[in-house]
Amino acid sequence: MMYALEIFISALLVIGGIFGLTGSYGLMRLKDRMQRLHAPTKASTIGVGTALIGSMLHGLMIGTGFSWQEVLVMVFIFVTAPITANYLSKVHLHSRHYDGKIPETGVSRDWATFDKTTEGAEPLLPSRNTGHDS
Amino acid sequence: MLRRLYPHPYLSLFLVLTWFLLVNQWKIGSLVMAIFLATAIPLITAPYWPTSPKLNSLRALLSYVLLVLWDVILANITVAKIVLFMPQDKIRTNWVRVPIDLKSPEAIAMLAGTITMTPGTVTADMSACGRVLLIHSLHAPDPDAIRDDIKSRYETRLKRIFE
Repeated sequence: MMYALEIFISALLVIGGIFGLTGSYGLMRLKDRMQRLHAPTKASTIGVGTALIGSMLHGLMIGTGFSWQEVLVMVFIFVTAPITANYLSKVHLHSRHYDGKIPETGVSRDWATFDKTTEGAEPLLPSRNTGHDS
Repeated sequence: MLRRLYPHPYLSLFLVLTWFLLVNQWKIGSLVMAIFLATAIPLITAPYWPTSPKLNSLRALLSYVLLVLWDVILANITVAKIVLFMPQDKIRTNWVRVPIDLKSPEAIAMLAGTITMTPGTVTADMSACGRVLLIHSLHAPDPDAIRDDIKSRYETRLKRIFE
C-alpha cells in the first residue's frame, strides 16, 4: 500500500515536471508575445496542481497529516492567474509591438482598453442604477 | 439586521472556511478568529461590492468547477502537443470575438477566468459595454467553432447558476 502510494506520488511529480518544462519550452519556442502568453497558463495549472496534490499525499504518508493549506494555494492560483494574463494582454494591446489586428467589437462601443468615453459598463450594478435614477 | 451585519453570506462562509484551511486544525480559538474575520472583511469591503450576486444552485456551481478542472486537464494535453510537435508555420493563431448574453458582473468574471484557465485561450479584453469578449486563441483554424464551444459549454451553465 505504502509502496503504491509512493509510486503514485512520484508519477504526479514527474507529470507536473513535464508540463512545467513544456510551458517553459513554449515560452522559448512560440514566436509572438500573445502566443507566449499561452505557455505559462499551462505550467501554472497542471504543473502546480500535480505538484501540490503530490505534496498533500506525501504529508499523509509521512504522518504529518493532510495539509489543507495547499488546497488554498491552488484556489488562489486559479483565481489570480486569469487576472495577470488579462493585464498582460491589455498591456500588449497598448505596446509598440501590437500590430492592430484585433477584430471590431460589432457593437456600438469599442474594446474597454481603447474606449475613451467615461460612461460605465452596461451590466450596471443595480444600486448604482437606482442612484442615477433618483 | 442579520442581512446588514452579513451583506455577503457566501463570502462570510468562504472566509470561515479559508481561515480553517489556513490554520489547519480545529480549535475554538480559530473559530472565534474566523467569525471575527467573516464579520469584519465583508463589512469593510461592502462599499466596493454593493450588490450581492444571485446564486441559484450551489450544486450546479460545484459541478461547473469539476467540469472546468476536467477541461483544463484535456486542454493542457492538447496545448502541450501543439507546443512540442506542431511546426511553427502551421500554428494558426487567431483573435476570437465572443458575444455574451450574461448580465451579472460576477458571471462575466467567472466566464473570462474560465476561458483563461483552459490553456489555448486567453481573455484579452471586453467591449466597453460589457457585451463582447475578446479572446486570443493559440491554435484556431476555425474561430467560430471556439466561439460556439465557449457559449454552449460554459456560458449556458453560468447563466443557469447566476441568473
